[in-house]
Amino acid sequence: MSTETALPVKPAEGLFSKKNRKLITDPLNDNNPITVQVLGICSALAITVKVQNAVVMSLSVLAVVVVGNMVISALRNLIPGRIRIIAQLVIAAGLVTLVDIVLKAYVYDVSKQVGVYVGLIITNCILMGRYEAFAMGNKVWPSALDGLGNSLGYAWILVAVATVREITGNGSWMGMRLIPESWYAANGGGYFNNNMMILPPMALVLVGIIIWIQRSRNTKLIES
Amino acid sequence: MNLVNIFVKAIFIENMIFAYFLGMCSYLAVSKTVKTAVGLGAAVIFVLGVTVPVNYLLENYVLKAGALSWISPAMADVDLSFLAFIMFIAVVAAIVQLVEMVVEKFAPALYGALGIFLPLIAVNCSILGGALFMQERQYSTIAEASTFAVGSGVGWFLAIVAIAAIRERIRYSDIPKPLKGLGITFIITGLMGIAFMAFMGIKI
Repeated sequence: MSTETALPVKPAEGLFSKKNRKLITDPLNDNNPITVQVLGICSALAITVKVQNAVVMSLSVLAVVVVGNMVISALRNLIPGRIRIIAQLVIAAGLVTLVDIVLKAYVYDVSKQVGVYVGLIITNCILMGRYEAFAMGNKVWPSALDGLGNSLGYAWILVAVATVREITGNGSWMGMRLIPESWYAANGGGYFNNNMMILPPMALVLVGIIIWIQRSRNTKLIES
Repeated sequence: MNLVNIFVKAIFIENMIFAYFLGMCSYLAVSKTVKTAVGLGAAVIFVLGVTVPVNYLLENYVLKAGALSWISPAMADVDLSFLAFIMFIAVVAAIVQLVEMVVEKFAPALYGALGIFLPLIAVNCSILGGALFMQERQYSTIAEASTFAVGSGVGWFLAIVAIAAIRERIRYSDIPKPLKGLGITFIITGLMGIAFMAFMGIKI
């Protein structure tokens, strides 16, 4: 659940000092929220059938993590330690409600497909993990960068999984047709979509394979 | 009979882990040994069984469009459903803290077994997921909602105990190094999910 990853960050000199840049780049690979910290799997897998859903989900998480990190970091000296979990949850829930309303207003179809998973961003462990491990102990600007880095790390895994699933399972990418209609068996060709890739369990297998590839390239992540 | 259907459906066909991936974080983190898995699984059944009925009452008597009409007919067109996320999570977090205190006071032995897992559960997606599915599927009575909740909990329990048992055995297998630990757990869960899809054919 909570992999303690609080980085001891001193007040930054410049806005994009080396330490601050590392806050963004670290979660992309060495400290990826999904493949290394194992956070936020809950909502990550179910919505990766289509790239469009994955992108919308990633942007929602990005908004909630960055803004939430900033709010909590700004309030970090005011929140009493004993009730901090509830305080964090309420801030998260408020932001998620806003995101949900915005999605319903502007991309209604996607919001229908993403369904309960937008609500589940509240309990997305990335959120609580970053709020608890980073924002409670750091200033506003590093917290915003940390949120940005982690949600980008989350986003690239999501989009990668969704890309494989949409191309193999549906023959398209972002709704654009990649495999021409005329290739399909129904139109006289010999091509079939791999319907198995649309099934939910395949998302797990794909993430397993991404972890495999990542760890064979980045050997310091291998578990003993 | 309807209740039995909902129960069986919640355990097997709409399994929280294998069909919806809810509660994956704790599922992956706490499934290294069967003993801890049993503890967490039991805590999830318990908390789902308590929070979903409470959220059901909240949904039907406070939040839903027109739900407030029991106070006065004038409030029949009040729709508070946009508050659902905040109310549900507040209820979950509050009940988890309450349950923790009550269990600690009256059943120290149970607290020893479940204690460390209870705080984890407030942020377990399957708990909030239970509440949101309850809202989405609009169960008609509180009995149905509670049955669904306990069934989902049992399904989650089953999944985490099964994966913990497999992980205990797999420690001795010769797996490619980069795949060890997390990677292989993901793939096994995927395969178990495919196996569980066999239940989808059952019409109840």
